[in-house]
Amino acid sequence: MQYKLTTPVTREDLAPLRAGDTVLLSGTVYTARDAAHKRMMELLNAGEQLPFPVEGSALYYVGPTPERPGAVIGSAGPTTSGRMDAYSPRLLELGQAVMIGKGARNQAVKDAVVRSGAVYLAALGGAGALMAASVKELEIICWEDLGCEAVRRLEVRDMPLTVILDPHGGDLYQSGPAAYLEAQQGQEGVGAARPR
Amino acid sequence: MRNISAAAVTDAVARLCVRANTRLPDDVAAALAACRRTEPWPLARETLGLLQDNLALAETQDLPICQDTGMACVFVELGQEVHIQGSFEEAVHQGVRQGYGDGFLRKSIVGDPLRRINTEDNTPAAITVRIVPGDQCTITVAPKGFGSENMSRLAMLKPADGVEGVKQFVVETVRLAGPNPCPPIVLGIGIGGSFDKVAALAKHALLRPLDEANPDPFYAALEDELLERINALGIGPQGFGGRTTCLGLAIETAPTHVAGLPVAVNVSCHVTRRATEVL
Repeated sequence: MQYKLTTPVTREDLAPLRAGDTVLLSGTVYTARDAAHKRMMELLNAGEQLPFPVEGSALYYVGPTPERPGAVIGSAGPTTSGRMDAYSPRLLELGQAVMIGKGARNQAVKDAVVRSGAVYLAALGGAGALMAASVKELEIICWEDLGCEAVRRLEVRDMPLTVILDPHGGDLYQSGPAAYLEAQQGQEGVGAARPR
Repeated sequence: MRNISAAAVTDAVARLCVRANTRLPDDVAAALAACRRTEPWPLARETLGLLQDNLALAETQDLPICQDTGMACVFVELGQEVHIQGSFEEAVHQGVRQGYGDGFLRKSIVGDPLRRINTEDNTPAAITVRIVPGDQCTITVAPKGFGSENMSRLAMLKPADGVEGVKQFVVETVRLAGPNPCPPIVLGIGIGGSFDKVAALAKHALLRPLDEANPDPFYAALEDELLERINALGIGPQGFGGRTTCLGLAIETAPTHVAGLPVAVNVSCHVTRRATEVL
């Protein structure tokens, strides 16, 4: 099933999503990876505001390549999300609704996704040119000293994403391989031959 | 004796950094296409198609294939009859500085592993030099992303663990990595040597084209068996499920100690990059 969503999203928007569905996401998406997450935690610990409106927000774990003159953005595929596991539950509790990255999340994040009715979406890992095509605007909103890790506001149109974790406890990284293996059961020659 | 100027080394390295990051080696692109043709799972086939679309977009838009333009791993085969005029290592670093700057590539290197300040020019390069016969200088730049690098593992197995122990360790490494290293992956596997040598073997194995088997039939058969076992795990492209978990793998070996069986698995992704020039 494919859904079109626009940020900020509500819990009602996300409720129909199931692991394995695809999403075309439009609207504002903020970028943050390791160093920016660490600074966000420092802000929260100091009782200060986050640098963007968190309710219904989407965070994309990405550190793009520098944009060429005249281009909106460089190559912009996802980084490994697991490095943000330590920070994500707190942000989800504050209202963040969409996490975009790639790779497995820990149990604390999975529980927080269900508890807060959020989703974790995968962008195509290693497909930086493809992911960049949906980015229409880019502005660095803070922590420019972090270079590629600075927080950017992106305006995206129909960013192609896949639901990994849904608000009902679904996890495509479990169910996807399991469904494939089940379909292959009893069949021979599952392994691919070397392409030579 | 043949003179090669440091400036020539710098220019070559700069060109190679850009080329490697924007154009996938033919053998890796061919492996991706071959796996797409044989992939039985529709979602996996579709995902592999998107990865091919990305390659085409990178070329037409003049963009890096992946935003993690990597640590610049530079492999040099330096002919013993070559004299480099100027500082060789500084020439390589300067090439990386130039290539990553002019090529709009991402600067991903921190100068210290714990204090973590970005060097802003992607230096230093990780340089490996081998002295070889002749009067040529062969330079390969293999930018390495860390989504996959972080999934790499090394074990000092016991000789009694044998080939079964090696197989288990390799397959377990892929299983543990799951969706994190951007499958379909490529593996460089080192077996033997010492603690440091085995990791170098694994990294060097990633330089071998995927359509070339190990010259030793014993290890060629082991490569085939491992590929088959890995592609029976079901992880699939991007970890969404499917057959194509691994595009190809290469084993490199070295003599080792009577008491040891070191094994290292260097995990790489579908954007396994390398570009070579001969000076």
